[in-house]
Amino acid sequence: MAQIFSRAADTWFRVAMLVIVGGLIGVFIVAMLLERSDYQTGRGWTVDQPVPFSHQHHAGALQIDCRYCHAGVERSARAGFPPTHTCMSCHSQLWTQAEMLAPVRRSLEEDRPLRWNRVIKLPDYVYFQHDVHVQSGVGCVSCHGQVDTMPLLHKAEPLSMSFCLECHRDPAPRLQPRETVADMAWHTDEDRRHLGERLMREYRVDPAGLTSCSVCHR
Amino acid sequence: MAEWRSSDLPPPGPILHGTGHFLPRDLSDQEVSRRILDVAHQFPRPRAWWCLFGLGGVLLGLYLLSVIVLFWNGVGVWGNNTPVNWAFDILNYIWWLGIGHAGTFISALLLLLERPWRNSLNRLAELMTLMAVVCAGLYPILHLGRPWLFYWTMPYPNSMGLWPQFKSPTAWDMFAVVTYLVVSALFLYLGALPDFAAARDRARRRGAQVAYGLLALGWRGSNRQWGHWRRAYRAIALLAVPLVFAVSSGYSFLMALGDQAGWHSTVFPPYFVAGAVFSGFALVSLIAIGLRWLLCIEALITPRHLDMLGRLLLATGWMTAYGYFADVFMAFYSGDRHEIDVTMARLAGPTAWSFWLAIGCNVGLLQALWWRRVRQSPRALAAVALAVLVGMWAERFMLLITPQTTDHLLSAWRGYTPSFWEISLFIGSFGVFIVPFSLFIRFVPMVSAFELKQVLHREREARHG
Repeated sequence: MAQIFSRAADTWFRVAMLVIVGGLIGVFIVAMLLERSDYQTGRGWTVDQPVPFSHQHHAGALQIDCRYCHAGVERSARAGFPPTHTCMSCHSQLWTQAEMLAPVRRSLEEDRPLRWNRVIKLPDYVYFQHDVHVQSGVGCVSCHGQVDTMPLLHKAEPLSMSFCLECHRDPAPRLQPRETVADMAWHTDEDRRHLGERLMREYRVDPAGLTSCSVCHR
Repeated sequence: MAEWRSSDLPPPGPILHGTGHFLPRDLSDQEVSRRILDVAHQFPRPRAWWCLFGLGGVLLGLYLLSVIVLFWNGVGVWGNNTPVNWAFDILNYIWWLGIGHAGTFISALLLLLERPWRNSLNRLAELMTLMAVVCAGLYPILHLGRPWLFYWTMPYPNSMGLWPQFKSPTAWDMFAVVTYLVVSALFLYLGALPDFAAARDRARRRGAQVAYGLLALGWRGSNRQWGHWRRAYRAIALLAVPLVFAVSSGYSFLMALGDQAGWHSTVFPPYFVAGAVFSGFALVSLIAIGLRWLLCIEALITPRHLDMLGRLLLATGWMTAYGYFADVFMAFYSGDRHEIDVTMARLAGPTAWSFWLAIGCNVGLLQALWWRRVRQSPRALAAVALAVLVGMWAERFMLLITPQTTDHLLSAWRGYTPSFWEISLFIGSFGVFIVPFSLFIRFVPMVSAFELKQVLHREREARHG
């Protein structure tokens, strides 16, 4: 009876096995890397806006406080977007004819808010509260990064669940005094953990409940 | 085996003798090969096979339709709702998974105990196990609210910074099913390796030669290969046997974890192991009876094999019956008002039919197996086995659903009616079983040919030598 397989069949079979097993491992590794990539998390990607608003200019150069525009951040779940009137508190005097600001003026004339495009979008099943974070001494910079260096806003952190949990599991070294949350350049020489533990006592942050599912998911 | 000679049965044929393998003495190796391995290119009853395959296809279609409807609408298309949250999904999962256990039991435990008669039954039992575990394993995926995220039950380096919830039965299901699937698939494949090689050598068409050749992984039957094979096969058998006990005890804990009266008797783990193996033996009996006709292998699966299956059914059936008794006894012995209420609901409530159906089939009808004539008659044994499968399903219903309908608060009492799509999914799951199984019948040696030849050879040597 003639041989069914050629002499090289074993080698081919082993190569095929290697390719299949290696390929499966490879697919897994690629999937894991992709899940963490900026492509997936959207970190570092700018988003087109109706008006190319520069945080670098407003928050950085002009030193306007975050809360001047995002006024709800200390008292409400949402930080809030400024109404056109807030923009106009300066721009009714400054750059009144600038072409770049035409949509802002139109918005005021038509009494219709500007439609900004969301840069940070958490899933619907995540109930994020700005107020409790600000009141507990989590700086804006911790999640939003150095927005005072961003000409166009982009996500500075992946804002994945593990990013949230990292802090929820051990908040102390990431806290800062409540008064300084909006300070982009805040710095202390004190030991951060030491300071954080003191602040946690002061602000009554109970780390025990912070990792329970229903803190963020309801 | 004097017992056999002194029986009042018709004069003992060649099959009734005192061997351990229960095969006709004059069975030659060529005959074994012809019966088992030549099926692939010369099927004895093609029309019956197509009927089986067609039936499986229709049922599989029904299954797929039910799954599409389920995914499109969500689990709301099912009838389960507070307080009966665990219904057909869990019930059928446990039923199918339990059935799977008998395959491992026959193959692995009887291999280690060196019972040669297992060689006629182990392959079909292993294939049954594999398909039953697949049917079972799909249920936990289907019953998820977001089934496409089923892989969240697996521990992998995810960007959520989370492990699976190890306290959750959903994670246990995943571990149980995946472990069982891997071990039973490995055991099946490794056990079939020499048979694939034999099928390769007997194949006539080039395509079949290559396909079986690839499956045989270059098996030549050298001493070295046999040595490796024997060690590997026994090692996996040793892994598989504890799994039978661990997995079915595991899903009894799945219920014990729930805050539900009627789920907490300490008899549950052994009760579930016995019930699982019991229901599995029933399906093995049915399949063995069907296959010996379909493949014309009455000489390889003899009435004595059926007799042995009948005895195993009887033995495991009585263990299960002890479970019923102990479970009811514990409820009254506890003196707990609610436990007693739940047990009374099982015995006399609106779903009491499930309890009495289980008792009637698993304890009542089963007693027919005390008669050898029943055990050795394919039709009678098939009828009892079918009754056991129904009875075991009713038992799972009684155990799982009745306690939930009688919750702690009277105001929360509510019945349960399965919806159309719930029932169709269950009926369709037989298609998931039958379609691959009928393909196996066609292309995989359904009886372990080389092991049969080995025991026949040993016996010949003993006789002549």
